[in-house]
Amino acid sequence: MATQKQIVERDSVVVKFAGDSGDGMQLTGTLFSDTAALAGNDIATFPDYPAEIRAPHNTIAGVSGFQVHIGKETRIIGDQCDILVAMNPASLLANLKWVKSGGVILVDGDAFDDPALKKACCTTNPLEDGSLSSYRVVSPPITTMAKETASALGMDTKSAARTKNMFCLGIIYYIFNFELEAPFKLLDKRFAKKLDLALVNKQVMQKGFDFAETMEIFQTTYQISTVNLPKGKYRNITGNIATAWGLLAAAEKSGHNLFLGSYPITPATDILCELARYKSLSAKVFQAEDEIAGICSAIGASYAGAMACTTTSGPGLSLKAEALGLAVIMELPLVVVDVQRGGPSTGLPTKSEQSDLNIALYGRNGEAPCIVIAASSPGDCFYQAFNAAKLAMESMTPCIVLTDGYIGQGSELFKIPRMSDMPAINPPVVKANDPDYHPYARDPETLARKWAIPGTEGLRHRIGGLEKTDVFGNVSTDPINHEKMVYYRKEKVNRLADKLPEQEVFGHPEGDLLVVSWGGTRGQVCVATKEVRESGKKVAHAHFTNIMPLPKNTAEIFSKYKKILVCELNNGQFANYLRTQHPQFKYLQYNKVQGLPFTVQELVNQINNVL
Amino acid sequence: MIERTTEKLTKQDFASDQMVKWCPGCGDHAILSAIENVFPQIGYKKEKFCVVSGIGCSSRLPYYLNTYGMHGIHGRANAIATGVRLFNRNLSVWIATGDGDSLAIGGNHFIHIIRRNLDVNILLFNNEIYGLTKGQYSPTSPMGKVTKSSPQGTIEHPFTPGELVLGAQGTFFARVIDTHPKFITEVLLEAAKHDGTSVVEMLQNCVIFNEGAHKYLTDKDNREDRQLILRQGQPMVFGKNNDKGIRLGQNGLEVVSLGDDNVTLDDILIHDMTRQDPGIHLMLAKMKPPHFPIALGVIRSADAATYDQLMDDVIATHIQSCPIHSVDDLLNSGDTWEI
Repeated sequence: MATQKQIVERDSVVVKFAGDSGDGMQLTGTLFSDTAALAGNDIATFPDYPAEIRAPHNTIAGVSGFQVHIGKETRIIGDQCDILVAMNPASLLANLKWVKSGGVILVDGDAFDDPALKKACCTTNPLEDGSLSSYRVVSPPITTMAKETASALGMDTKSAARTKNMFCLGIIYYIFNFELEAPFKLLDKRFAKKLDLALVNKQVMQKGFDFAETMEIFQTTYQISTVNLPKGKYRNITGNIATAWGLLAAAEKSGHNLFLGSYPITPATDILCELARYKSLSAKVFQAEDEIAGICSAIGASYAGAMACTTTSGPGLSLKAEALGLAVIMELPLVVVDVQRGGPSTGLPTKSEQSDLNIALYGRNGEAPCIVIAASSPGDCFYQAFNAAKLAMESMTPCIVLTDGYIGQGSELFKIPRMSDMPAINPPVVKANDPDYHPYARDPETLARKWAIPGTEGLRHRIGGLEKTDVFGNVSTDPINHEKMVYYRKEKVNRLADKLPEQEVFGHPEGDLLVVSWGGTRGQVCVATKEVRESGKKVAHAHFTNIMPLPKNTAEIFSKYKKILVCELNNGQFANYLRTQHPQFKYLQYNKVQGLPFTVQELVNQINNVL
Repeated sequence: MIERTTEKLTKQDFASDQMVKWCPGCGDHAILSAIENVFPQIGYKKEKFCVVSGIGCSSRLPYYLNTYGMHGIHGRANAIATGVRLFNRNLSVWIATGDGDSLAIGGNHFIHIIRRNLDVNILLFNNEIYGLTKGQYSPTSPMGKVTKSSPQGTIEHPFTPGELVLGAQGTFFARVIDTHPKFITEVLLEAAKHDGTSVVEMLQNCVIFNEGAHKYLTDKDNREDRQLILRQGQPMVFGKNNDKGIRLGQNGLEVVSLGDDNVTLDDILIHDMTRQDPGIHLMLAKMKPPHFPIALGVIRSADAATYDQLMDDVIATHIQSCPIHSVDDLLNSGDTWEI
């Protein structure tokens, strides 16, 4: 007897796809999130993959995941998932702790044979030993059914078995009452050059969908509330792609073509690869022989008139330190993007952390201030990359943009801006034969020196790493002159605070507790403080994007709260920086250094403890 | 294309107003003078020269020339210059570097700029010592050399710069000596003409820390017997009486005396710097005393595509083939939807 299908409305749902690193989980997750976005949901995604390209088959080390949060408003990827799709025992075990009690677990029943269980170090079969009793587990023979469908269409056995991810996706689409038309179009696009492959994948997906429908394996399906965002044109974007596009936008706006000098490093490589695709925008992209050549070539290009940048992650920033000091003393514009990962040394290459703040602020010999800003979400990377270029070019100072592996590789819905709405960028370029030009003559207001592009008539000059005389720029070891130049380089950065927007506060303008965060943790901290506020407590949230210099009203804001709690994914680098900048306040800390983002729950607990 | 000058330039146009602070008697003075002589002869507008350096005595050069210039950091001149040249193809880029700067701390950048064949000119000052840090051995110091950091003599096999350049697929390599400024000017003109990375090794005497390092070569009484001046299309003849030559024997190059064993001028190798195969060029670069003279002049100048030109070509082609021509195009490309 057919049971009545029940459709439940939900504001948001978190789905995680997990499998072996060759199982195509990233593709599956991307297809799912794109489909949800097309269906009118807000989305946030995060890939979670091992450092090894193909770690041993069926082991926990080789588990690759992709988490998708869909719904009305999804600022974060979600602490725990409502639905886990696990392609083998290892991926089930690795992710079980992230599944909500009562959540749905869809596994490939074919994958739970003895060898696979042994590889995942299971002594008993979790599908049979009762350990999953608090979840709703569905374990159809997915590989068998996918293989049958694909083989019938003429695909070889090995390839046919690999379509199992599409079968799962078909089942998931059924659970969310999604039409298959949208994912079919996405598949046609993705396999535009291999239409037979697109056809097989579509058929298998349809089979999965039909299977879920006819077998009635789910009594409950979901209808997800559509997004509640301002009207406009949207796309899905990862932080790394947004960073690349923000740099291109700054180049276009400033009229100085982009030059990127970069060396591949996880998790920043995507920026290099993305920029390499758009030579049609006259971007010159140079894959250097090492990190040092990456920044040095960018410094050379900057001298020659480029909107120059270099992109890297923690270990690369260490290598670039000396050259960054050169850019500081030569007062050339330069954007350095650091997609932070767990450190020190090679650390946790594929995991996220906020532990490069100290090196960004202080990691150079001598008094060598750089501008430091941090992006707070995937889409925000576009704006912060753009801002970094604007600040660097207009003040003739290097600017470090901190993003991280979590927002760099994660994605969210991004409202497409119009270039005509982006602010102008006006670097102080000096005109040919200017009789008043001197290499270190400064704008009295901004203290920026002028940019004299080599090749221009009447402006021949030399700059370099040796200290130079004020105004004229000759080599000098004069003690008073050195102190003056040190002052100018610092004061130039300080004065930017006059132009920066004031620091915003979300929640009560005064109260018991101000929760402070910076960089990629905005989503979680915002949701957590909101939750605590809704329980009636006087809590507010200040999220910092501008770090060096800090916004001018920072102390004023801090003075309005009884307590300040600084939350960050390191041992307290921002808290310590605040202690040096505004020592009159007491800063409580909440730190996590696990290579993982905060969960909303742990933040809520911590905030309540402090109150 | 680099813009050419219509006015007549002279040495004075490139002389800077800064005090030259090299030691009296340093070989760098002669090299500087040769560079000031050669720049007006190249024919570009004076604003089109950019001199980039690293760290070391030689790397002070940009301050002493009235051009655009940058004094960089240790070992990175080649990397910095790569960015200058790639971004601005209207500049004639010259790199001043030394045996420490390019063969030790900056060795990686040196081999890669050569491998890419970027169109720049590298002036490699080789005094076989670290001068600015006051006398430690360098990667070109001969084995056994006693210096402040090798009081018992070095135990390192030195680099032969030419061997390194050709090993990195260099398309231009020349060697000159600071005692022969006219010849430097002549060779630098050849370097400027070459499309691609031109490396000119400048054997240079450090009067303070390595006086006489190249004495074997410069010794007045014997220098004709110890130097082989290479000229394109000419037989490789040398010696006080022009009576010695280089022949290609079964086991490589050999020195022969004209007239001995019926050796005639026809047996002597004719120098062809343009040949693609670097085999003979490598043998010439590696010739060492006491059995061979040291080769001076342009050893290799072969044609190959330059990285800068290839990058421009790729960009030009992509502008034609890619539909994305503005950031607005880019932002609206791919999957988008209205809310």
